[in-house]
This record gives sequence, structure tokens and C-alpha cells, in this order.
Amino acid sequence: MKFAPSNQPYDTGNFAVFTKNLEKQFGSFTAVKHVNLAVEQGEIFGFLGANGAGKTTAIRMLCGLLLPTSGSGTVAGFDVWRESEKIKQNIGYMSQKFSLYNDLTLAENVEFYGGVYGLNRKTIKEKRHELLDSLGLTASAGRLTRDMPLGYKQRLALGCALLHNPKIIFLDEPTAGVDPEARRNFWELIHELADKGKTVFVTTHYMDEAEYCNRVSIMYQGEIVALGSPQSLRHEYKKASMADVFIKLVDK
Amino acid sequence: MSRIFPIIIKEFIHISRDFRTLIVVIVLPVVMLFLYGFAINMEIQNINMLVLDHSNSPESSSLIRKFSGSDFYTVLPFDGTEAEIETIFANREADMALILAGDFAAEHARSPETTVQILIDASDPNAAQAIRNYTNTVIQFYNMAHGAKPSFEITPTVWYNPSLKSAYFFVPGLAALILIMISALLTSVAIVREKETGTMEQILVSPVRPVEIIIGKVVPYIILAFLDLIIILNIAYFVFDVPFVGSLGLLIFCSLLFIFTSLSLGLFISTKARAQQVAMMMALVATLLPTVMLSGFMFPLSSLPAPLRVLSHLVPARYYLVIIRGIMLKGNHFLQLLPQVLALAGMAIVLMVVSARKFKTNLEG
Repeated sequence: MKFAPSNQPYDTGNFAVFTKNLEKQFGSFTAVKHVNLAVEQGEIFGFLGANGAGKTTAIRMLCGLLLPTSGSGTVAGFDVWRESEKIKQNIGYMSQKFSLYNDLTLAENVEFYGGVYGLNRKTIKEKRHELLDSLGLTASAGRLTRDMPLGYKQRLALGCALLHNPKIIFLDEPTAGVDPEARRNFWELIHELADKGKTVFVTTHYMDEAEYCNRVSIMYQGEIVALGSPQSLRHEYKKASMADVFIKLVDK
Repeated sequence: MSRIFPIIIKEFIHISRDFRTLIVVIVLPVVMLFLYGFAINMEIQNINMLVLDHSNSPESSSLIRKFSGSDFYTVLPFDGTEAEIETIFANREADMALILAGDFAAEHARSPETTVQILIDASDPNAAQAIRNYTNTVIQFYNMAHGAKPSFEITPTVWYNPSLKSAYFFVPGLAALILIMISALLTSVAIVREKETGTMEQILVSPVRPVEIIIGKVVPYIILAFLDLIIILNIAYFVFDVPFVGSLGLLIFCSLLFIFTSLSLGLFISTKARAQQVAMMMALVATLLPTVMLSGFMFPLSSLPAPLRVLSHLVPARYYLVIIRGIMLKGNHFLQLLPQVLALAGMAIVLMVVSARKFKTNLEG
């Protein structure tokens, strides 16, 4: 294993996420190549790309699920090589699978994730009331999760990922398979989080969703091929929509 | 450590809501024990015996009465030809035939060592062997009652299972089989299910350490397997009268070790399998067949071909069978079982270390 020169001081500033030449190889296949990012605190940062472009691998490295092959990075100021435990305490994560237990009730799911994050019983109870109440699901607290519509599962999963009040939230394809109205509602929720000062790092392959982000990066075959605000990218590539920008970049 | 409890509690909720798991855990051991105990009776009874009595004499009737008076035989008088016997065997209407020649009475008067002809349907060799032994015994008693002197007699003394009861043999084997199946199968499926649904990833991004996840997932199944052990021992002792000579504490300690080895096997399987179906198949192949065939449960290890005998050293049940038979029937103490205990512990440690290492990295790709 090649160790990154993480003992060299580099300026992470106050960035929520900062990477320098972050790279991941699986055997001879390079899934993520030289990724350089600097995500500001409170920013909604879109991570765009087709399926298989390397988004999920990159997000897993940032969440401490995977070690990079080389390069360096910090998340919430902690090193991705050595401080994954601290990173985990400071981030929330939700995948496209809305990882709830279908055979547990809504309340049991909340209690489980609260427990896993080491919250005490009193806090868990309060958070459970608060969360189910905010989703209008108090009456359904005892229902099995499998019986709930997808849109509710998605919002409950997000709530569970936020129980420990993390500074940064990673959302991996959070809107995959959800109907357009639920998607729009979900983005409103994301904006509310950003208004509360949380950094949202979100991957998607829906190019129209890029417009909801402060800044986006477009990933293609493991590399970041464009980075900037949606307006500046549309302007730079002289296209009317982000979908057209994406097609132009990929066709190159 | 407090983060382990939510995982244990959640696992018990899964188990309590999954009808199939409950069936496997509670009903399977009971059904298997009673099936082996009552339905699959290895002792032979109800032998249907055709009797062709060409002699028709008081002597021949006296011999036939010896058979009809025993619990094992149902005598079916028959006066057809010997060729017809084959048809009757083919139709499974009789298991054997006793043919008494016309000069039976005269022969018997001359020498008490009379010869009779016996035909046995040997399509089931074990049953045929048993029938032959029973029949020989009956005839010998008859001869002795009429003055024949036995030349000399072999009187085997069978230790630890004097009446050769089959319960003594299948209870330890079933205990091994049930414990390893419950532990390896349920653990591997429970872990792989979380990989499939993505919840494993969700737990891994939390500050819970992998070893805490493993403990939390495994503890409920240790408890379930232990419950099964108690069910098995109670049925063995109270229903099938299997004696218990040795120390209960030692048996429980060794059984927990065996359960732990089996769980490690389940954990190892879960690092290899990506889908529940695959995990289930792998667990069945790794537990069911080796435990039945290569542990000394069904076939003595000494009768295995050399390559399989070598392979049997990798089967945990092989060691556990020595332990449980040794404690229940012979009253072995700990030092006598040390090699087996060390073998199980060694296997558990190797499997645990390999699995724990794989567990951290198996989310890649």
C-alpha cells in the first residue's frame, strides 16, 4: 500500500471537504483519478456523473468506508487516512437504498440508529418524537417500515442520518427512484439543512437537480472534468441546461 | 461497548418477526430428534415369514411355534411352490421364508443339529443381516432345547451402550448437526442480508467499530444455539433415556466452544457471499454434508477412504462428537478431551481473524 504524504502540511483552510490528488484503484482499474476538491462549509455541493463514473467510490473514501490508494484529504478537518473514526462522528450519510430496516417499525429504526451513534436513551426519545412529528408520522410510529411509501422512507432515512447532528451530510443518489414531486420536496429539505449551516455533499445523475446546488463538479470516467456553479458552467459551455453541458463534456 | 446493545436488540427484533427463523430454531431440533428417535427405527420388528412346512410333523410345528411366539415374527403359512416365493418377495409381502424339508422330523430324531432352509429378501442388506441373526438365534434355542450342545459361545460385552440403543448414537450426532447448522447458517444469512439491503454500509459509516458490529450480530445466535442445546439435551435425557455420565458444566463449556467455532464459520461465509441465497447454499454445503458424512456421525471415520479421512480433520463436528459422546456416555474429564478442545479453539481463532480482516474491506467494489 502506498502511503500518501499526509505528514506534509497542506492548507485545508476551513473547508468542510478538502482533497488533493485523491485516487482509488481496484486492481488495475482506477475508479477515481486525481480528485481535487474544496467544499465550503454550508455549501450544497453537487457531485454529478453517469452511473459508474466513480461518484460512489469517491464518497465512500470521504465517509471512511474505503481507504484511498493515494492522495490526501480531510473531512470536517479530519484526515481520511488516519482519523476515520472522528470523521464518522461528524458526518451523516444516506445512500440511495434508504437503509432502513423494513421489518422494524419507524420508531424502532430511529431508536436503533440513535443507539448506534451512542446517543443516550433520553436524547433518543426526544429525537424520535421530534423527527416523527416533523414528518407527520407520529400516528404511524408503530407501523412496519416496509408498509410505508418510498417518499416517507427517504425522509425518515435522512432524519436517521441526522440524529447525531452532523456538520456534513453525504447523500449518495438520494432521489433515485423517487417521483418528481417527492424529489422537489426533498431538495427543499436539503436547502433547509444548508440554511442551518450544514454542508451537503450530494451525488446525482439527474442533471436537472444540478440547478439546486451552489456548485457542482462533473465526474467522467473517474476524473472531475468540470467544476463551478451551474450558472458559470452553462455560461462557459454556452448551453441552456446542465444536461446539455454534461453531454458536451462527455462527447469531447 | 454500549453501542453493541442496540445491535443485539435489533437482531432479536428481526428474529422475533421472522417466522422462518423461529421455525428453524425451535421446531427443527425437536422434529429431527423425534424423527430419528421414533420414525427411523433402526431395530427390526414385524418380520413377515413365509413357512413352507413339507414335514407337517409335531417337531416342525414346535419349531414354527417358537417363531410365532416371538414378538418379531408374523408367521404366514404357505403351501405354494418355491418359485412363487420370488413373486411374493418382489411384491414385498414377505421378508423371509422358512422351508422345512419332508424328512425334517426323521432328521431331527437322528441328530438334534437339524438343517433348515432360510430365504431372506436382502434388498435392504442391513435388515437382512438383522433378520438372519434373529432367525439363527431362534433356531439355536430350539436345537438346544432338544439336546444339542453349543460348541462354544462368544459373549460380547458392549461397553457404554450395552443394549446398542440407536438413541445413544444419533443424539450426539444430531446435537452437532443442529448446533452447527443454526449457528453457521443463521449468522451468515443475517449478515449478508444487511449487505444486500445496504444497512451494513449505513452502520459502517457510524462510529461503531467493525468488531462491535460482529459481536452484536453474533451474540443473539449464540443464545439461540444454546437454547437448542438445552432442548436437545432434555429430549435426549427425558424422552430417549440417554444416560448422562459426565459433567454437565464441561459439556456446556465445550458446546459453547463448538457454537463459537460454527459462528466463526458463518462469519467467514458472510465475508465471501454477496447474496443471501449464496450464503445459505454455502452454509449448507459447509455444514450439512461434512457433519453427516465426515464426522463419524453416520459412518465410522476408520471406514472412510484415506483422502476423506484427511479431509475430516477440517470438520468441526468430528471433534465435537468425540467430546459429547465422551462426556455423556463415558464420563470423560477435561484433560481427556483436550486435543479436541484445542482443535475447535484453533479453528475458531483462524476463522475469526480471517473474517474480521475481510469484514473491514469487503465493502469495496
